Amino acid sequence: MKRVALLLLLGLAGCSNRDPETPRVAIGAKKFTESYLLAEMGTSLSRRAGVEAERKDLGSTPTLWLALTQGDIDAYPEYTGTITRQILKDNPADLYAALAVHGIRMSKPFGFRNNYALGMRKDVSAGLGIAKISDLRRLPNLRFRFIDEFLDRPDGWPGLKLAYGLPQTDVKGMNHTLAYAGLVEKSLELTEVYTTDGEIAQHDLLVLEDDRGFFPAYEAVWLYRADLEARLPDVVAQLGRLEGKVTEREMQEMNNRVQVKKDKESDVAGEFLESKGMGRTKSTGDNLATRLGATTVEHLQLVIPSLLAAMLVSIPLGVFASRRLRFGQAVLATTGVLQTIPSLALLLFLMPLTKWLFGSGIGAPTAIAALFLYSLLPIVRNTYTGLTGIAPALRESAEALGLTRWAILWRVELPLAAPTILAGVKTAAVINIGTATLGGFIGAGGYGRPILRGIDKGDIPMMLEGAIPAALMAVVAEAAFGAVEKWIARRRG
Amino acid sequence: MFHLDGTTKRFAGRTALGPITLALPAGKTTVLIGPSGCGKSTLLRLLIGLIDPDSGAVRFDNMPVTSVTARAIRLRVGYVLQDGGLFPHLSARGNVALLVRHLGWPAPKVESRIAELAALARFPTDALDRYPQHLSGGQRQRVGLMRALMLDPDALLLDEPLGALDPLVRAELQDDLREIFRTLGKTVVLVTHDLGEAAFFADRIVLLKDGAIVQAGAPADLWHRPADPFVTRFIQAQRGPQIPAEAA
Ligand SMILES: Nc1ncnc2c1ncn2[C@@H]1O[C@H](COP(=O)(O)OP(=O)(O)O)[C@@H](O)[C@H]1O
Ligand SMILES: [Mg+2]
Repeated sequence: MKRVALLLLLGLAGCSNRDPETPRVAIGAKKFTESYLLAEMGTSLSRRAGVEAERKDLGSTPTLWLALTQGDIDAYPEYTGTITRQILKDNPADLYAALAVHGIRMSKPFGFRNNYALGMRKDVSAGLGIAKISDLRRLPNLRFRFIDEFLDRPDGWPGLKLAYGLPQTDVKGMNHTLAYAGLVEKSLELTEVYTTDGEIAQHDLLVLEDDRGFFPAYEAVWLYRADLEARLPDVVAQLGRLEGKVTEREMQEMNNRVQVKKDKESDVAGEFLESKGMGRTKSTGDNLATRLGATTVEHLQLVIPSLLAAMLVSIPLGVFASRRLRFGQAVLATTGVLQTIPSLALLLFLMPLTKWLFGSGIGAPTAIAALFLYSLLPIVRNTYTGLTGIAPALRESAEALGLTRWAILWRVELPLAAPTILAGVKTAAVINIGTATLGGFIGAGGYGRPILRGIDKGDIPMMLEGAIPAALMAVVAEAAFGAVEKWIARRRG
Repeated sequence: MFHLDGTTKRFAGRTALGPITLALPAGKTTVLIGPSGCGKSTLLRLLIGLIDPDSGAVRFDNMPVTSVTARAIRLRVGYVLQDGGLFPHLSARGNVALLVRHLGWPAPKVESRIAELAALARFPTDALDRYPQHLSGGQRQRVGLMRALMLDPDALLLDEPLGALDPLVRAELQDDLREIFRTLGKTVVLVTHDLGEAAFFADRIVLLKDGAIVQAGAPADLWHRPADPFVTRFIQAQRGPQIPAEAA
C-alpha cells in the first residue's frame, strides 16, 4: 500500500522531466487574450529556431516582470506605456538603457498600439454630434462606466477629467465585458476601450479622437532577457520577425476570433504567422480526454506533494503545540494568519523564495509552496485539538502502565486523536484541491488553467473543463477520507 | 513495600495531602478510605510518581520514587482505575498486550500469558477481540485487572475499581478480586469510599480526612477503638438496609 503510493508519487514527479539536452525557452503571457496570442506566436517562432518552447501563463504585470528578471521566463509581450508607468514608474529619455540596467532588452514595436481610448455607439455619438473627446464637455449628463482600475489610475479618468475639463458626474465602476453589453443596450453612453479590443469591430463602435493627446502610446513590444541574445541568438532573431508586422486592425480581428468566436488562440496565432510567411506549426491534435488527463495529472502533482509535506510538518507541530501551550497559541495564530493571505499576494511573495530554493520561481514549486502553507492550519489545529481533548484518565492510564513518553504518544495519544487529525487532513485536502486552481496564475497548470482562461475569454465550456473535474476531485477526496473515517469508527464500535 | 515519609502535596497553594508518614506492608491488602476529596487518589499517584511530592519522600522497595526511577517502578506496579481506564482504540486483547508488545515480547508468550490471566480474572476468551465499548462494566474492570497483572507486578494499586458497577456485579467481582489477591499474595493498595467493601478486603484500613490520617489499623480497631469522633460518625454514616417491620 505504502509502496504503491510512493511509486505513484515518483511517477507523477517523473512526468514533468523532459530531455535536458535541447535548449528550452519559456515565453510568458499575461492573463488576457491578446497576450496569449502574442506569446503563442513567440513560442511558434522560437521553435523554428530549433529550441523547445513553452508558453507560461502567468498572472499580471508584476508577476511577469519578476519572472523575467529572475530568469523563470525568457521573453514576454509587453506595452511601452506599461513599461514606463507601471514597471519603471519613470519616463526615461532612453527606454532601452533604462531596461538594460535590469538585464532586460526590448524589441522594436510590433506595429500596433493597444491604447486606452473612449468608445461610444456610432448612432449615439452621431446624434449628439461627438467625434473627439473635447466634444464631451458640452454634455454633462452622459453616463460613463469604467473598470475600477481606470477610475483610480492617474492616467485614467482622474487625469482625463482634468486634462479636458470634463463635467460628467454619473461616472461609476463596471466590469469591462458588462460595460460593452451596456453600451450596446444603451444603458450607458461611454466606456473606456483598448484600441485592439475585438468588440470594437464586433459592435462597430466609434473610438473618440484623443485631440489633446492625453493617453500615452502603448506600443506592443517583446521584453526579453539580455542573456537570451548570447545564449540563443536565433530565438531573438525569430522573435524579431514580428517587429512592424502586426496592424491594429489585424490584432482586433485576432482578438475578436478568440474572444467572440471562441477559436483556439494557437490556431489563430498559427494562421496569422502563416499568412505572413512565417510558417505554421501544425495544430496540436488534442482532444478533451487528453486535455483532461494532462490537467488532472498536473493538478494531482500540485495537491499530493503539498498535502504530504503539510502533514509531515503540521502533525509534529500540532504535537509540540499541545505540549507547550504558549508555543501552541503562537503556532495556531501564525498558521491562521497564513490562511488569510490572498493567493496572488502569497504567490508573488513566494516567487523569489522558490527561485532561490528550487531554481524556479514559477510553475509547480511555487504553487506547491503556497498550497503547503494553506494546508498547515487545518492539520495543526486538529492535531492540537485531538491531543488536548484526550481524557486525563486515559493519559494517566498510559503513564501508569510504564510506557515511555514516545510510546504513549505513538501507541495511545496519536491513535486516540487519529479521527480528529484525519478530519483535519480531509479539510486540508478539499481546500487544497480547490485552491490548487491558483496554479493557473503561475504557469503550474492543473484545472486552474482552463478555468482562468475560460473566465477571461467568457468561454463557459472551457471554464467547466476545469471547474467540473476540480469539484469531482474534491468530492472523491471527501468520500475517500469519509470511507477511512467510517472504517476506523466501525473498528472502535 | 511503599513508604511515605512526611510527604505533602499541594495543588495551587492548597494542601491536598499530608504531611503523611505511612508504611504499606508487603503482601498485605491496605484499603484507603475517606470522604471524597480527602486525598486518596493523590496518595496513590504519589506512590508511582505520577505526581511529585512538594516535600517529604516516597520510597518503593527502599528505592526513592523520582522522575528517574518512576518508569522502572511502574513496570513493577499494576494500576487499575475506575471503569478500567481502557483505551477505546484497542480491543480487550490489545489493551492487555499493549505494554508487553512495546517491550518486545514474542507473540506466543503474549498469547499464553493472556490466556492465563483471562482464566484468573474469569474473563471470557471469546470477548478478547471486542472493543471496550462492547464490554459490560464488570468485563471492562476484569480487562483492566488483566492489563495491570500482565507483567506479574509486585504490587497492585486500585482506585475505586468497583465504584461504577451495579450491586450484583459488584459483589461477584469483590469475591473474585479477594480470591485473586489471596492467590497471588501481592501488596495491594485499594481505594474505596465504601466501608463494607473496605472491611471485606482489608488487612489494614487507613482512614483519611482532609489529607491527613485519622486512624490506621485493622478493621476491628476502627469499630471497637475509634481514635476520633469522626471515625464513629464515618462508620455510622454507612448504613445497612433498614428492613421495615412485617405487618402482623
Ligand atoms: N490535578 C489537580 N489539580 C488541582 N487540584 C487537585 C488535583 N488533583 C486533586 N486535586 C485536589 O486535591 C484534593 C484531593 O483530591 P483526590 O486525591 O482526588 O481526592 P479523593 O481521591 O480522595 O476523592 C481535592 O481537593 C482535589 O480537588
Ligand atoms: Mg479519587
